[in-house]
Amino acid sequence: MSDERFPEHLAIDKRFPGSVLDWHAQHGDRTLIVDGERILDIARLLKTELGYHFLVDLAAVDYLPRKPRFEVVYQFMNLDTKARLRVKVQSDELHPEVPSLTPLWPIANWLEREVWDLMGVTFRDHPNLKRILLYEEFEGHPLRKDYPRTGRQPLIGPKD
Amino acid sequence: MLTTNGQSPDPGAALQGQVFTTRFDKLLGWARKYSLFQYPFVTACCGMEFMSTACSHYDIDRFGAAFPRFSPRQSDVLWVVGTVSQKLAPLLKTVYDQMADPKYVIAFGACASCGGPYDDYSTLQGIDLIIPVDIYIAGCPPRPEAVLDGLLKLQTLIQDSKQEWGS
Repeated sequence: MSDERFPEHLAIDKRFPGSVLDWHAQHGDRTLIVDGERILDIARLLKTELGYHFLVDLAAVDYLPRKPRFEVVYQFMNLDTKARLRVKVQSDELHPEVPSLTPLWPIANWLEREVWDLMGVTFRDHPNLKRILLYEEFEGHPLRKDYPRTGRQPLIGPKD
Repeated sequence: MLTTNGQSPDPGAALQGQVFTTRFDKLLGWARKYSLFQYPFVTACCGMEFMSTACSHYDIDRFGAAFPRFSPRQSDVLWVVGTVSQKLAPLLKTVYDQMADPKYVIAFGACASCGGPYDDYSTLQGIDLIIPVDIYIAGCPPRPEAVLDGLLKLQTLIQDSKQEWGS
């Protein structure tokens, strides 16, 4: 693991001291693990001042039985320099909650709904946090590792 | 061969060689099997095989089953081509319910028949869980020859079944 801090790391650390919990950078794979409560501020800094205009993707990972169990992973890209940056938020809660990025990127609306649907991560202040791939009556979040793979649920009838 | 008062002595003789008799059931079955209007409910990879079957090389038109109608009320055979998720299932049932009788259903490929490779939380494990199926076409995806074989089997089934008409 390289010990060399990269400019975005330094900029975030300077503006929000103590918010970067862990990090690594090797072979161009630059990753920051940050405090979940600060993710909206950090993303705003990345977008408005550091040139990461593009939220490439947003996903969640279940590392059961590791603790902390959940990670929400944000992939940012600077379209001018082609630089990429991965930012992670960790949570050990049964119902993890992080601030929504919809004020900054409209695409976060759908991406966060998908993460909520399949992994059960709540996004605070999301304008329309409901299921997007599964039907609304579905119980549980099937991409969690403790959800049975063939855990089928009763079919619902046609809606009016 | 008329008599002086204009009457035929044998009513059948005048029609000799001009008509043939059949059962109305057979005639109706024949008409129905060669005028299939299909509703293609295409959701996944099997759709490519369906297109291939419909195109000139295989030419499903030869079998009197060429016209896709994207309106359930104008179609009488429902092709369920591809994976049906549980979220989509109520919509498929609605389409089936809106079709006019007599109606037939073909499960095209492994997913529509039994869920295919998707043994999971989101995929309907065969459309026969929600609607009745007349013909299952095996394969993942099935080749066009298998599709045409399925179509011919459906036509045989239509010809041989009891025809109902009227109210």
